[in-house]
Amino acid sequence: MQKSTFTQKVRVKPMMPPGHVRTPAYLRGKTGVIERSLGDFPNPEDLAYGVDAKALPLHRVRFTMADVWGEECENGDDTLDAEIYEHWLEPADAT
Amino acid sequence: MPHDHHDHDHLSPSGHPYRVDDDTALSYWQTMEIAVRELLVEKEITTAADIASQIETMDARTPSNGAKVVARAWSDPDFHAALMADASEATRDMGYDIGALKLIAVENTDDTHNMIVCTLCSCYPRNLLGLPPDWYKSRAYRSRTVREPRSVLAEFGVTLPDTTTVRVHDSTADMRYIVIPKRPGGTENMSQSELEELVSRDSMIGTGVAKAP
Repeated sequence: MQKSTFTQKVRVKPMMPPGHVRTPAYLRGKTGVIERSLGDFPNPEDLAYGVDAKALPLHRVRFTMADVWGEECENGDDTLDAEIYEHWLEPADAT
Repeated sequence: MPHDHHDHDHLSPSGHPYRVDDDTALSYWQTMEIAVRELLVEKEITTAADIASQIETMDARTPSNGAKVVARAWSDPDFHAALMADASEATRDMGYDIGALKLIAVENTDDTHNMIVCTLCSCYPRNLLGLPPDWYKSRAYRSRTVREPRSVLAEFGVTLPDTTTVRVHDSTADMRYIVIPKRPGGTENMSQSELEELVSRDSMIGTGVAKAP
């Protein structure tokens, strides 16, 4: 497991760039905690176009259902984990 | 949900189900696939026999691979520890190589139930479970599992109390996941090969539980 440059609590950047990305739209702008860091993996945003892909840090981020869906969720303490590349994450206390 | 893909309109006059003939023109990507495949063969980079053999190898993988992993994890504490620490390496030692991807094992307990989805496409631990079922790739499963996992589980016949935490794992990048279902009660004296029989495909996706003996 790798050390992250991020604090545990992170927000997925609410960006909507065109092209191939692996960050699900439903998680953009949502806040979670890093469950574990997975190491560096070739950036799929470059791989998809056949260009040289730099290996970037990948993290498993854990969100609560309440974080993702708000009060309408089935059970707010249930969780959702997803793999998010570090360039999509920012410290959650950032404005 | 498990049966959503069945199409009951396609019955012949004699009542036998049939598959509608595929009479539409090739799509752009189907044409592209054929062109690339023919070029690879023509330029002797691969052969038609190698391609057919790879497809056969892919089709031959079944959930019995995963069941062997689960039964061993239930029976062998050292293997269980190795699997939870580094599932790619532990399963590679059993002969199930996941290649460049990484495997993470997530374990169901008395108070935690895990389930796997890939909202972006159909990422699935194919080396352990074979090809994914049609419903796993459906928009309904992919969109509902992250939104209302308990309702989806109920449709699969799994009803969980509020005291059980549901953990959904969305395979968005390079990880693949296998659920280690909870070992059923009354199996203390069963051998590893007897235990394998209790491990269903769905129990390793998390849409089911292990069978009772």
